[in-house]
Amino acid sequence: MPTLRFTKDHEWVRLDGDTAVIGITDYAQQQLGDIVYVELPAPGSRVETGKEAAVVESAKAASEVYAPVSGEVVAVNGAIADDPAKVNADPMGDGWFLTVKLDDLKALDGLMDEAAYAAFVAEQG
Amino acid sequence: MTGWSQALSAHPAPTEDAATLTGNRGLQLEEKLIFEQDSAGLSGVDLPEPPVHKSRLGGLERREPIGLPGLSEPQVVRHFTRLSQKNYAIDSGLYPLGSCTMKHNPRINEKMARLPGFADIHPLQPASTIQGALELIDTLAHWLKILTGMPAVALSPAAGAHGELCGMMTIRAALTAQGDARQRILVPESAHGTNPATAATCGYAIDPIPNNARGRVDLAALKAKLGGDVAALMLTNPNTCGLFEDEILEIATAVHAAGAFFYCDGANFNAIVGRVRPADLGIDALHLNLHKTFSTPHGGGGPGSGPVALATALASHAPLPWVVHGDKGLSLLEHAEGLAARTIGRLKGFHGQMGMFVRALSYIMSHGADGLKQVAEDAVLNANYLRVRLAGTLSQSYPGSCMHEVLFDDRFLKDTGVTTLDFAKSLIDEGFHPMTMYFPLVVHGALLIEPTETESKASLDQFADTVNGLAVRAKSGDIAGFHAAPRLTPRRRLDETGAARKPLLRWRPESPSREAAE
Amino acid sequence: MRYLPLTPADRAEMLAAIGATSIDELFADVPATARRAGLVDLPLAQGEIEVERALSKMAAKNIAAGSVPFFIGGGAYRHHVPAAVDHLIQRGEFLTSYTPYQPELAQGTLQALFEFQTQVALLTGMEVANASLYDGATACAEAMAMAHRITRRGKAVLSGGLHPHYREVCATYAQFSGLEVEALDPSPGIVEKIDLDNETACVVVQNPDFFGELRDWSALAARCHQQGALLIVAVTEIVSLGAVKPPGAMGADIVAAEGQGIGNALNFGGPYVGLFAAREQHVRQIPGRLAGQTTDTDGRRGWVLTLSTREQHIRREKATSNICTNSGLCALAFAIHLALLGETGLTRLARLNHAAACNLADRLAAVPGVRLVTGSFFNEFALRLPIPAAEAVTVLAEKGVLGGVAASRLYPERDDLADLLLVAATEMVTQQNIDSYSDALAEILR
Repeated sequence: MPTLRFTKDHEWVRLDGDTAVIGITDYAQQQLGDIVYVELPAPGSRVETGKEAAVVESAKAASEVYAPVSGEVVAVNGAIADDPAKVNADPMGDGWFLTVKLDDLKALDGLMDEAAYAAFVAEQG
Repeated sequence: MTGWSQALSAHPAPTEDAATLTGNRGLQLEEKLIFEQDSAGLSGVDLPEPPVHKSRLGGLERREPIGLPGLSEPQVVRHFTRLSQKNYAIDSGLYPLGSCTMKHNPRINEKMARLPGFADIHPLQPASTIQGALELIDTLAHWLKILTGMPAVALSPAAGAHGELCGMMTIRAALTAQGDARQRILVPESAHGTNPATAATCGYAIDPIPNNARGRVDLAALKAKLGGDVAALMLTNPNTCGLFEDEILEIATAVHAAGAFFYCDGANFNAIVGRVRPADLGIDALHLNLHKTFSTPHGGGGPGSGPVALATALASHAPLPWVVHGDKGLSLLEHAEGLAARTIGRLKGFHGQMGMFVRALSYIMSHGADGLKQVAEDAVLNANYLRVRLAGTLSQSYPGSCMHEVLFDDRFLKDTGVTTLDFAKSLIDEGFHPMTMYFPLVVHGALLIEPTETESKASLDQFADTVNGLAVRAKSGDIAGFHAAPRLTPRRRLDETGAARKPLLRWRPESPSREAAE
Repeated sequence: MRYLPLTPADRAEMLAAIGATSIDELFADVPATARRAGLVDLPLAQGEIEVERALSKMAAKNIAAGSVPFFIGGGAYRHHVPAAVDHLIQRGEFLTSYTPYQPELAQGTLQALFEFQTQVALLTGMEVANASLYDGATACAEAMAMAHRITRRGKAVLSGGLHPHYREVCATYAQFSGLEVEALDPSPGIVEKIDLDNETACVVVQNPDFFGELRDWSALAARCHQQGALLIVAVTEIVSLGAVKPPGAMGADIVAAEGQGIGNALNFGGPYVGLFAAREQHVRQIPGRLAGQTTDTDGRRGWVLTLSTREQHIRREKATSNICTNSGLCALAFAIHLALLGETGLTRLARLNHAAACNLADRLAAVPGVRLVTGSFFNEFALRLPIPAAEAVTVLAEKGVLGGVAASRLYPERDDLADLLLVAATEMVTQQNIDSYSDALAEILR
């Protein structure tokens, strides 16, 4: 079972060998509403933990997607750039944003697991 | 319930909407784009045939047609008349829009602005030929200085946000001149979005200040955030929750003690005009919206005008041009020299929104000192009257009296399945423009209501009865109508998501611009 | 007071309903030291008769352009606005309506803006345009900022032919955004050399330029693109696009223009209407409002404000700009006037302007001592005089001719421009006007 972790800013990250797949959670897409646009980084660029990696826009809000981990961007999901609705429809699957070659394979250890994230979301009310 | 509202309870359900051949519905007329009504070669303007002459365009003649449609005058007049009929307007009804001050736009203002002596003068005419224009600007500046208590006014900013930019730029210039460049601006969380956007445009970092439980800026939090690197506080007073910042003198003292400037967003000046002078509150810079407090028309989105009143410490940095008195009469200082050597420069082409100055002065002179004070009092009275008329059904965010606007939130809709948005769209079917929604951000599902002083008591009663009626209906579980609203407007709810996903921002020949029904 | 519907009886009833004994109670939060005992020191209320009298008196002290031979351009142009325009924009549903944030109540405004955006795109030869900005100068500064955002580069080069007010506004904005602005010296009659490198975000030129000169900027556009920079073209006389190759056809990336010449009176400098057009690929970087087409729940075509997540009320400090207002009613006036003109009307209007300017240029250049500097022009050109141009302007005014703009008014520090006069001729100029001007100028220079 690939390691799946979550951040307080409602990003998820899934480990897959030495690369990590990153996206936003179901809670995030619900809060944003219908997503109209995503701005993705260029493959080959770097992302740093806690810094802006992508931007996601809905009709009423625009939000930064922060990198949960640091590394080099390997690939970005062109499908959501063409059809941002995919992020609403399948945020944990087809709605992924980018994959990153990790600087530190242990970077996910400090993040919330599924149960902890579920509890965190419940607290948001 | 007031007399007229028999209609509310006794209104019969509309008959089934009958389809028409044209798609028109009585006076509600459908109207295509002008590009879809093109008759090549037609023009609504008769111009003489140009004399034959040799072209001096240097070979840069247009080779391709522009693509503009041709229409006659009757077609153009009908087109735009039909478009106008699809708009709500102050002339038609109340706009309860908080922070917008949608008051009546007097028509004498339009007549004065169109006097050839004001409308048909060029900004670069010799000063001797436009002394009256300079006198008008000078007179307006004088009135605004007296009303604000401030020693100087910069008139060139073209809108409120532009005025904010101007104010913040003068602050930055003043600090830089003192050799004391600072990096941070404090902005309340309840502030209008232009405030942090303006601060960022000036290169500042924004530090938000929370509200306290009474809906005002948290003074302790503000003091904690003040420091030697804070350039200014940007405050709105009365604030965006419709409340007067009662600790404003302590706020001003604290801000000044930290060596920072006190900027005030004057969008809500209508609540205090003629009664309170911002200078007496310790404010250093304040922009005014001529299209709010001073009745110049909103025009469907502009033009506005945002003059900035400035304290002495900032006045020397005011943007160009300055109108000054000299031995040969009034003149324009248009360059950064002499008196204006420390100006921040020019923020706009030419001199400012002269057309709006004429309208505003016409309005201010009509009201005078006594009338303007009455404006503020009636504005505050009207808002409080709505407050008590609505307090039983809606959930007021900060109990107690308000200034010229009153803030509610969506607690009264809890568990009804009706959102603030649905509620507002239902108001549209009742013939009202919705109130400001989802702003300020400090409460959930905000509804901010500002009636202004130009609404009669009967108008307020009708509005209050309608809002109360809708609230009661929402709470009773009869909610289907809310989700379907509006049903009676020329268009029903529009797909804003689709518009943002695949932006279609212009007509193109043979584009998917045809009516879906065709 | 005629704008206040509340009667004393209303006020009393309302205070009672509120539970307050006086209006002062509702102002209790105002600090005691800020409460005023009486009225501010200004005149009392006046009726329409007095207001009209006072303002008419002020207006009468100005010389209206239409009352004398008039030849002033310099970024604002006197064109005839058909009577229908002013009547239509004064319809209350246009004049007194709010920003179209509730689209179901504002389809009129939104459809008009969509048509306006299309007209601006067509005129400039660009793919997409916004719903207007404050004026041409601020549009130019916004274009520069947009190029900065897109290229992430720190330098902007401004042609010496760019209107000085546009240069100044760009410089003011740049001061605070950290963009380095290189403003080339004005050089009328000389082809300037524009250098750019891989730090250049944009080059800003004007066509026709401040001295009236028309140029093809295609070669510069290609150079810019090779270096990864954007070409911004400013246009101050929008009617020129009725006759001249548009910036879009020259490879411009952004067009920042002044729309005043269509639909809007001179108004002593404002309100005007900034036109802003760009390439589709950059649409999300465009400042200001955008009207977009969509459908409603019944599938019918309609319009909404769109891409507003770029704007201040949502992005707040990350907004593309702090702009809140467009120039709504001025944009509407533009749209109506242009709808009336149509393709044939605008092209004919442009030809009339050019013909008038050619006629005037020939007559004035024939005055001894006067030299025409501008080679190719539309409706404005520059003359070198044997005396300071500012002096000529003053004496011409005394003779009842508003003869143009002395370059020294906008460039007081440049001795090399002291003898340069900018002269414009539109469709409003008559043969008699031209005769008066030519005679007056000959007399002055005798």
